[in-house]
Amino acid sequence: MKKRYAMAVDTRRCVGCNACVISCKTENALPEGGFRDWVVQEVSGKFPDLAMEIRSERCNHCSAPSCVDACPTGASHVAEGGVVGVTKAKCTGCKACIAACPYGARYVHPAGYADKCTFCLHRVQLGKQPACVETCPTRSLTFGDLSDPGSPVAQLVASRRHKVLAPERGTEPNVFFLA
Amino acid sequence: MPVNRRQFIQIGGAALGGAAVASGLTTKWWGLDRDRVADPATDGETVATFCELCFWGCGVKAHVRDGRVTKIVGNPDHPLSRGMLCPRGAGGTGLLYDPDRLTRPLVRRRERGEDVFEPVSWDAALNEVGEKLLRVKARHGAEAVALFTHGSGGTWFKHFMKAWGSPNVGAPSYAQCRGPREAGFLLTYGTPLGSPEPIDLANARVITLIGSHLGENMHNTQVQELAEAIGAGAELVVVDPRFSVAAGKARYWLPIRPGTDIALLLAWMNVILTEGRYDAEYLAKNAVGLDELKAHVADKTPEWAYVHTGIRPDLIRASARLIASARPASLIHPGRHTTWYGDDTQRERAMAILAALLGSWGRRGGYLSFGKMSLPAYPVAKPMPHPERKEADKPKAGGFPIAGEVIASGLCDASVPGSALYDLKAWIAYGCNLMQALPSRPQTIKAIQNLELLVAVDVLPAEICGWADVVLPEATYLERDDDVAAPAYKQPFLALRQQVVPPLGESRPGWWIAKELAGKVALGEYFPWKDAREYVDARLRAGGHDVAKARATGVVLGKPAASCEEEGLPVQIATDSKKIELRSAQLAQLGFDPIPQYYPPDDGPPGHFRLLAGRAPTHTFGRTVNNRLLAEPYPENEVWVNADAARALPGFDGPLRTGDRVMLVNQDGARSGPVRAKVTERIRGDCVFLVHGWGQTARKLRYAYGRGASDTALTTRYKTDPIMGGTGMNVNFVKLEPAGRSA
Repeated sequence: MKKRYAMAVDTRRCVGCNACVISCKTENALPEGGFRDWVVQEVSGKFPDLAMEIRSERCNHCSAPSCVDACPTGASHVAEGGVVGVTKAKCTGCKACIAACPYGARYVHPAGYADKCTFCLHRVQLGKQPACVETCPTRSLTFGDLSDPGSPVAQLVASRRHKVLAPERGTEPNVFFLA
Repeated sequence: MPVNRRQFIQIGGAALGGAAVASGLTTKWWGLDRDRVADPATDGETVATFCELCFWGCGVKAHVRDGRVTKIVGNPDHPLSRGMLCPRGAGGTGLLYDPDRLTRPLVRRRERGEDVFEPVSWDAALNEVGEKLLRVKARHGAEAVALFTHGSGGTWFKHFMKAWGSPNVGAPSYAQCRGPREAGFLLTYGTPLGSPEPIDLANARVITLIGSHLGENMHNTQVQELAEAIGAGAELVVVDPRFSVAAGKARYWLPIRPGTDIALLLAWMNVILTEGRYDAEYLAKNAVGLDELKAHVADKTPEWAYVHTGIRPDLIRASARLIASARPASLIHPGRHTTWYGDDTQRERAMAILAALLGSWGRRGGYLSFGKMSLPAYPVAKPMPHPERKEADKPKAGGFPIAGEVIASGLCDASVPGSALYDLKAWIAYGCNLMQALPSRPQTIKAIQNLELLVAVDVLPAEICGWADVVLPEATYLERDDDVAAPAYKQPFLALRQQVVPPLGESRPGWWIAKELAGKVALGEYFPWKDAREYVDARLRAGGHDVAKARATGVVLGKPAASCEEEGLPVQIATDSKKIELRSAQLAQLGFDPIPQYYPPDDGPPGHFRLLAGRAPTHTFGRTVNNRLLAEPYPENEVWVNADAARALPGFDGPLRTGDRVMLVNQDGARSGPVRAKVTERIRGDCVFLVHGWGQTARKLRYAYGRGASDTALTTRYKTDPIMGGTGMNVNFVKLEPAGRSA
């Protein structure tokens, strides 16, 4: 069966510490001000009746990626396992993908191309976990092949209440937030 | 001619048309280029060592490529990191490559505090330090020299102090941080807790945090275990004036009025005792003073506590019942930074007593006994001198009878002539920025102005360096070897600090600085080792360990021993009575309350908020605020203000909004620099909150200088804990003033 890489983010475990962000920045040698992942703290209610959801967010590697549709040069593409990638050499930095992405997952690298999360495909291809998953001290992040029903990510998505972000946009995200 | 894409696009195709034909650019429009997700190529040779961004000491592996450290990842073999790191640990390269690092020894050329220095050679700097130290010794005795130290490189300077003959070695991590907790548990169970705390978060079914904001306070292993516990269905009870990250995960959040925790703890005990929810059998066997405790809390009902704490009686009862329901796997977290109100030992006592009622001391999911691997010392032939005088860290009239470690603020006080048994005349400040760590900056400055010598050993030009006579630049933890770390832990281990890359500029490792300095003051015989590597190898070999294997993995694992009753270890109590002292005979004898009493905190002036301080997960007080990598997700601190209170602040034209800049002015007129407001539902209306460590006054920290507000600058008052000398710093109040819209 065709691989479908996905991530489950456990919002109950996550403390929003930003270890995922820093490890991504060093693993991928990101420029100052460039982020491929980030932390959102969403607070609801009035004092003292409050609730908070903490999410480690990144590209959703959508099954129907609006960014790929919007790319005029073919730089944005669907790579192995459904990973949405950008081929640097084909990207002109036109930002059409940035406008098309509902998640703010992309930024323009100072070298002139759109940059974003790759699910650390360069590591995954070597049998390693993405850098953010490996370092996460709360083990909030579970990465794997959703097509494999035995994989931890498939089991989490099958067994836990979850949501995706902006489902109304019809992008079919592959990052699932466990409640 | 190398041209990147952006330049190419700017220049346009015409000028470079010829070149483009030969490149892949011509083909891309035809879709002939292969799609490729690039490998950033940050893997390299790895060196195993341990982290120093905070003092937890997690095992890391540093990747080196072309002589540069590209990234730092967790060492899976290390029991404290287990392959995972917090953001600071992952951000160590931000310290290593900080453009503001100290790279040359400096000698002061103007008034103290003006921060004007001349770079000199190591020889000149160490000669100056050596001469002045010897002069102090001749005039005032060896004991007139004090060492303030925080961090693993400090072991070399502690050794120097032993050889020198002064007992005045202190760390602000006692009387400005953990101290009250250590005293409270010492009085109750006969042992202080130490670090890492011997608590079993992973197996606890209910975890109670009192003012601890674990998750923002990012002690790696504890956060890992907290998440494990949450994953396994543990419930949280969080007592905090602020809706902390942990509070967001709690079954019960108790937004307590600051300074009233003891009232809540007594009411919880009242519920647990009157409803018979305590572990009677355990207490009968292990504790003394239950009847006195029962009598003491008989009238401390939830209704009584409500008046003081602002927590509804039904919430106090429900949370008490939840806490008791999980005993003994119900963990009352002891906290870490516990110097709040000056009655902190008694609050920690109350927490320790509550833990006893739950029977959680010595039980799984509660408090454990940790083992430690010992390692033979490096043989030093010459016997150490015995200081003639004891520590000068207490007032002349005495006091603080339960202090188990040297009181750093007391050493500071002893530098003002006539305050202590004898005067201190020289300080060595190793890796601790005393300007932010000690309470009351004016008092610290006054003490410094009385010194004959102040030496700062540091990696960065911290504020304390600006006040020093000589600044000695230390190499970062990634550029040096240090002594072996061997903390007590449930999985006992040894961890190695190993140099990953050579020191930057003329910075030098702590071991080298201490050894060279010893040579200047005729103490070279006490430093017989060639270098730290030879020192560590000798110790490892003497301990019968495989040196090559230890160097490869960075860790030596010991045998875990039974850590709790469930594993076959009887409950360990080390008090004189060999019982848990619910009522402390020792405190009674010393004239203190033998069972914690509640005394209402002082209120602030009208229109003022109580100033509270804490942590962000990306920062270790002031040590990391200049780290540009960590600054990316957390560029500066903000002052948290309750949303209702922000609507109509005196002196403001309209409501205060998030992002607006304000100044904080305390009850004595001390002012902070402009700081952004975070207007939020997540805090009570009678207090404001700052992350500690910001508002740096050191100009040479070019990133951090002037960013955010310093809670230390606003801490002009503190309340000293009479039992152990801790300095309670949450006794300051601030009002807000507008500082214009944000830039």
